[in-house]
Amino acid sequence: MKLQEFKSSLPLSIVALSVGLLLSACSDNDHDNNMPEPPAPPVERSFTLTVTNLTANQPMSPLALLATSNGYHAWQSGEPASLALEQLAEGGDQSGYSAEMDGIDMVVSGAGILPPGASESLTLTQVETAVSSLSLLTMLVNTNDAFSGLDAIDLSQMAVAQTQSFYTPAYDAGTEANSEIKGSIPGPADGGEGFNAGRDDVDRVHLHPGVISQDDDLNDSVLHASHRFDNPVLRVTIQRTR
Amino acid sequence: MTLRKVTAGLLLAGLVATPVGAAELTISISNLTHGNHFTPVLIAAHDAQMHLFQAGEPATSALQKMAEGGDIADLAAMVDAANGVTLSNPAAGLMAPGQKVESITLDSQAMTHLSLVAMILPTNDAFVGLDGWEIPTTPGTYSLTLNAYDAGTEANDEIINGGGMPGTPGIPAAPGGDGGSNGSGVADTSANDKVHIHPGVLGDTDPAGGMSDLDSRVHRWLNPVAHVSITVK
Repeated sequence: MKLQEFKSSLPLSIVALSVGLLLSACSDNDHDNNMPEPPAPPVERSFTLTVTNLTANQPMSPLALLATSNGYHAWQSGEPASLALEQLAEGGDQSGYSAEMDGIDMVVSGAGILPPGASESLTLTQVETAVSSLSLLTMLVNTNDAFSGLDAIDLSQMAVAQTQSFYTPAYDAGTEANSEIKGSIPGPADGGEGFNAGRDDVDRVHLHPGVISQDDDLNDSVLHASHRFDNPVLRVTIQRTR
Repeated sequence: MTLRKVTAGLLLAGLVATPVGAAELTISISNLTHGNHFTPVLIAAHDAQMHLFQAGEPATSALQKMAEGGDIADLAAMVDAANGVTLSNPAAGLMAPGQKVESITLDSQAMTHLSLVAMILPTNDAFVGLDGWEIPTTPGTYSLTLNAYDAGTEANDEIINGGGMPGTPGIPAAPGGDGGSNGSGVADTSANDKVHIHPGVLGDTDPAGGMSDLDSRVHRWLNPVAHVSITVK
């Protein structure tokens, strides 16, 4: 039992690599009577995340689901956004997140824009011993830098068939001023700029105060009444399926 | 409780003995808004499959009637037809901003889930909703806060014109007597036809014109809009 636990605690890629080495060693020696037993296939756990866009008129950028560990936080309120979060919150671009990064073990991406009122399910499958926590990120694309999601949700204690449900608020990345002016918003309300490396706002993540819109007399806003939003903006259900 | 429901309850008791989930509930509801009324509230106990509404799903015609005109009869009939338990209009009329209705008792019988809806006035199709809350089997008092949803069935033009029938644009009334008139109408650019979280009303400060017949200083809200306390005996 101890040995098996040790083996399956190795990262999947290393386990796969060692299997390959063992097999090739075998083929080179047809008379080896001391062939070690192949390692047991690693036990996997699967989780299905179902995300519903609860807003009236804020399409969500493609979902970024991060399998995380080692105390990774996608954001912390009151702290500056990471570069990856700035790119996601300003431009809906999740390419800043990768499994190569410290604390991120896997990235599962949504199929595309998640329209208002729509739902999408994502599946996360990991070797049992690698299961730790997850974060979820998506941009409200008809804003300057609003995003929503989950941060560091513990999965390790979830039993098969167990579900956790969340209603998530909109956050402000604090990296771009909420000007709402033409050319500053990447969503269909504007078609303007996404990510810009300059930081001209408070430079700390906080709960979003909401958008104003030209209908509410912010005269140079490209947004309308239906782009305004109240919390919560997403419903997320996590179910462990195996 | 109707005679039919009593009969159904007796039949069930005779066939499968006392349902394990039977619970005597004491419910209180508070309107947390600054200046919005709730139309007559529908409280329903039902099974896990039934929903009065679901965020991300289109509204049923029964839900549309409630959300656009405050008419809960069709939703109640739907629950009753599925042998659920309904309690209509516990406040005996509108619930004013800040009003609390206490000591509502409901025997949930064999039903496992609780829902609650009421239209929010003055709006086009906003409602306060609780969707299928699983009734705990452990006795105690449970506290819930409820959000305002948009049925997604009517454009939020914010014109008060008495329009409360499904398909008729406009807002039935501003019960607080604080609505305006002659608004030009808010252009609702959302194509979202699913039930969703209401973006909030806009309003303006011109009671005799402007874009909206609502008053932005009176009729706006932020979630949550209601508090519900449920005691399970």
